Amino acid sequence: MFFMTSACALIVVFMAAGLLIKSFPVLRANSPAQILFSDSWSPLKGEFGMLAFIAGTVWVTGLSALIAMPVSLFSAIYLSEYAPSWLRKISRPFMDVLAGIPSVVFGVWGILIIVPLVRDCIAPFFGVYSSGYSILAASIVLAVMVFPIIIQITIEVFHSIPGELRDASLSLGATKWQTIKLVLLRKALPGIIAANVLGFSRAFGETMAVLMVAGNIPAIPHSPLDAGYPLPALIANNYGEMLSIPLYDSALMLAALVLFLIVIMFNLLSRYILSRINLRAA
Amino acid sequence: MTSRKKIEELFFKCLMVLSLLAVMGSLVLIIGTVIYKGAGSMSLDMITSTPEGGYYLGKKGGILNAIAGSLILTGIATVAAIALALPLALYINLYRARRSRFAEMVRLSMDFLWGIPSIVYGAFGFSVMIFLGIRASLLGGIIAVTLLIIPIMARAIDEAVSLVPRELLDSSYSLGATRFEAAFKIVVRQCLPGIVSAVLIAFGRGIGDAASVLFTAGFSDRIPLSLSEPAATLPLAIFFQLGTPFPEVRDRAYASALILTVIILALSITARVLASRFNRHIIK
Repeated sequence: MFFMTSACALIVVFMAAGLLIKSFPVLRANSPAQILFSDSWSPLKGEFGMLAFIAGTVWVTGLSALIAMPVSLFSAIYLSEYAPSWLRKISRPFMDVLAGIPSVVFGVWGILIIVPLVRDCIAPFFGVYSSGYSILAASIVLAVMVFPIIIQITIEVFHSIPGELRDASLSLGATKWQTIKLVLLRKALPGIIAANVLGFSRAFGETMAVLMVAGNIPAIPHSPLDAGYPLPALIANNYGEMLSIPLYDSALMLAALVLFLIVIMFNLLSRYILSRINLRAA
Repeated sequence: MTSRKKIEELFFKCLMVLSLLAVMGSLVLIIGTVIYKGAGSMSLDMITSTPEGGYYLGKKGGILNAIAGSLILTGIATVAAIALALPLALYINLYRARRSRFAEMVRLSMDFLWGIPSIVYGAFGFSVMIFLGIRASLLGGIIAVTLLIIPIMARAIDEAVSLVPRELLDSSYSLGATRFEAAFKIVVRQCLPGIVSAVLIAFGRGIGDAASVLFTAGFSDRIPLSLSEPAATLPLAIFFQLGTPFPEVRDRAYASALILTVIILALSITARVLASRFNRHIIK
């Protein structure tokens, strides 16, 4: 049992090592700076500049954060502080179901609803043409995917705040909203940040749904209505041809390694924040 | 002053209700869209037959290959993951001190794995397969999905096992039970609801995930009969059908999405029902 447990625990190390070994050839052929900061992506010529894909990932993740953060924060405050108990009770399975829907189904929904919405309503509103398959569409779909993760952790953070704090503030004559704004939010801030970081590490690596609605054009996007081509989509789209072109598979493994490292960093960051709150609460 | 306070509160309360409506509304919208679009092109053929020649051009057939492929692949992967995750959770809770350094290291590693995107599992699984000389096959898919769901299951079972009261363990040890007996006869029974829901959650994640099987399981029009054959999976069937230019085939993609959604919803309901049923075996 000891060996089995250790073996499972070491999977993460094996993955890091495997991806690193696999991505070594491309790192030797191109300098890391060239790969990270150049946007010339032509595998046939041996050029693997990933800037366009990194930019696509940053755009999509950032924009979905912008949409999801306020909405899930407000929902979580409402569910934990204002909502009647019946609503709280039914919201929990609601969130579980939303969290359990496969990303392909989110993608189908994105194609059916969000893409036409962007094409026919949002883009004409700003007077630009867009096919609808855009960063904005991907961000909206991603935001909906991370709602349940962020909301559930944020609610837990609010529940961990002692009731005495609320009572003390209310008894001093503060309204409920003032209590939330001046007392609870201040106390919950680190936890809220951690919840968002965790949510976005999920959004960051999400592949299928984004692949289906983001448009996948390998150029640096300039507005949310442009098509983007995030890193996970790059990996997923090119698995077929990657063995026939030298260094191509190595470059894709490097993309996987970059995702791996960033997600681990996000994870460490949110753990650090959460563990500091626990210390303070104890 | 008072009225300003009230207006501010009302304003933010409205924002909150709107946000919650947006969240709940999007779930209703997703399920609604999938049912509305899927039900229209749903037929018995879809779930009882495999694709015939020219299926992806709009000819006859169904996606039984993908349904069966997904169930077989995820089923075996789930069993394999239980075989690894259950002993892991019991080991770090019973054989080691619950908060020991080793146990915390294992938990940390499981948390890392839990967060890693499934496309990375797919890429990693693919390079392992090349290393071992396996082609895209049922076996390859099983390896990738097993790796993907081990951390989900391990963390959920660990959570259930860590709630077992100390007294229950002490009394079973004092009656002469070995650690092994205590772990597999007492603790497993006590945690059965938690374990069952962990298994079902993991199964749901596994069956819905496309990125990890994209490289590893391949795709085929037949139901896989051996581990070395490529296997079709439901998420990929949806993805590929949606990628064709033919409206009939795209409609079938919606129907396939409906099938997948129904499977996921059924799993989630089963988890709830089973968890409440197994609750009677628990010593409180």
